[in-house]
Amino acid sequence: MTTRVLVPSGVLGLGFDHAALMRGVAMRPDIIAIDGGSTDSGPWSLGAGQSKYARAATKGEWRLLMQARAVAGVPLVLGTSGTCGTDATVDWMFEITQDLAIELGQSLRVARLYSSQPNERIVQALEDGRLTPLTPAPALDAEGLRAMTNIVALGGVEQVQAALATGADIILCGRVTDTATIAAMPLLRGEHPGGAWHGAKIAECGALCSTNPTSGVILVDFDQTGFTVEAMAETALCTPHSVSAHMLYENSDPFQLFEPGGHLDVRGARYQALDARRVRVEGSAWVPGPYTVKLEGARASGFQTTILAVIRQAHYVANAQAWADKLHGFLTGLVEKRMGITPPAYTLEFRLIGVNAALGGLENRQGAPVEVGILGIITAETQAIASEIGKLINPFVLHYPLTEDEELPTFAFPYSPATTDRGALYEFALNHVMHLDDPMAAFRLTVSEVG
Amino acid sequence: MATLGQQVLKVRSKNAGPFWITIDIFCGSDQAFAAVCARLDTAQVAALTGTPLQLVKRFDIADLNVIKLSIPRPVVQGSRDDSDMHGAALAVLLDEMEI
Repeated sequence: MTTRVLVPSGVLGLGFDHAALMRGVAMRPDIIAIDGGSTDSGPWSLGAGQSKYARAATKGEWRLLMQARAVAGVPLVLGTSGTCGTDATVDWMFEITQDLAIELGQSLRVARLYSSQPNERIVQALEDGRLTPLTPAPALDAEGLRAMTNIVALGGVEQVQAALATGADIILCGRVTDTATIAAMPLLRGEHPGGAWHGAKIAECGALCSTNPTSGVILVDFDQTGFTVEAMAETALCTPHSVSAHMLYENSDPFQLFEPGGHLDVRGARYQALDARRVRVEGSAWVPGPYTVKLEGARASGFQTTILAVIRQAHYVANAQAWADKLHGFLTGLVEKRMGITPPAYTLEFRLIGVNAALGGLENRQGAPVEVGILGIITAETQAIASEIGKLINPFVLHYPLTEDEELPTFAFPYSPATTDRGALYEFALNHVMHLDDPMAAFRLTVSEVG
Repeated sequence: MATLGQQVLKVRSKNAGPFWITIDIFCGSDQAFAAVCARLDTAQVAALTGTPLQLVKRFDIADLNVIKLSIPRPVVQGSRDDSDMHGAALAVLLDEMEI
């Protein structure tokens, strides 16, 4: 048997070539699968439980995919709804789906797979010895777990297969691994396990495995011995190099990929060009292991206010670090005097844009910038405290002199007020796996008729 | 002496999850791959990125003419001290490194 999976793009919200999508639909796929999530933009999405992509972009693309699904008459599966895959973002996608079903006149069965974890469940797992740290793992205790705003478990193919078994037209997944939605149906139908996982990994970023990454759409044929991958855009070619090089992408290990219930090993994989557009891959292996699911968790580690000033005066530009250090010392005393608090109850950091703001202490080059941006970042226990510190230091960030015997300088503030309240600073606080006896023990399925 | 960037096609770095950064050195030819493999000192990369040497994973991938180095992030992605959310600026350090 062959199982044909159409992958419209690497993530919902970034766009794809519509003509390529329709070309893929015409090739009669068995399922359409697209990812909706990533940790790549940082912990805010998971911490806040919100999508990082605009609702308008998400809805616009989902409309096209729901139309494509109706033409193809096959299930449409979204992995990791709303960037982080919390219950809240699954429901956000469900609302968008309900709206579109009415607008498009479609009657649909929609399954929602929930991945959010009650904090107490994870505390219990910690106490039962069912959490295993990965490297490097943040320190973990019950108090820290209870402080997390969101914890999700990454489902694998078993959970997606349970959703497929409901007969749903559309499946909105909470957090699942990038590969799970693509590998689920091929594995369900008995295709080669190593090929299913490897093909899913190759296709999970859409056309990134081709010569035209922004075109998005990829078609993968899975069978009993491996898989064949082809890009759907006319201008995109899959070559043995473009396909095999994708194993490098965002992977710390290019040969092994850990998933719930085992790992993929591609050291034996052979990549062969079938023609100018298609690549055949065989020889990868699936190695079964204990059933574990990876956890992701985020918590607020403070609240931030920022201030930005631009220094253009050559004397100050040349001595920017010395000036910032001196100002920092002065302000630390000022905050203590006026507000009675000292670090670590809050932190104030100046980053010098034009000097070393990207690499910090690792920067090993010195240049001669025309101007230097001074980005002050205040982190405190509450927004009110961070905001108050911002107001307190504002006049000095504007006017602080390098030496005592010079007239007060005035730097360039780009806007008023010069300070910006950023809200909570979230941090990733879990890099662990949880052992499960039953894959569905930490996941929930809901099925609804919409439209 | 020449920089690594002058001897290869491209040096790229990117998050591999919130806790790791992975660096891919695309050498572009068998000759460049062989030369860079021989000259690239993993300890030099460790020092440049402030990483204990034993934590640096290195893969010399002849089929792709790529050298891949993965390191635990110097600071966890998005935490208070992080200044490079996607880990992409780190590649510049290797690109400009003399080997």
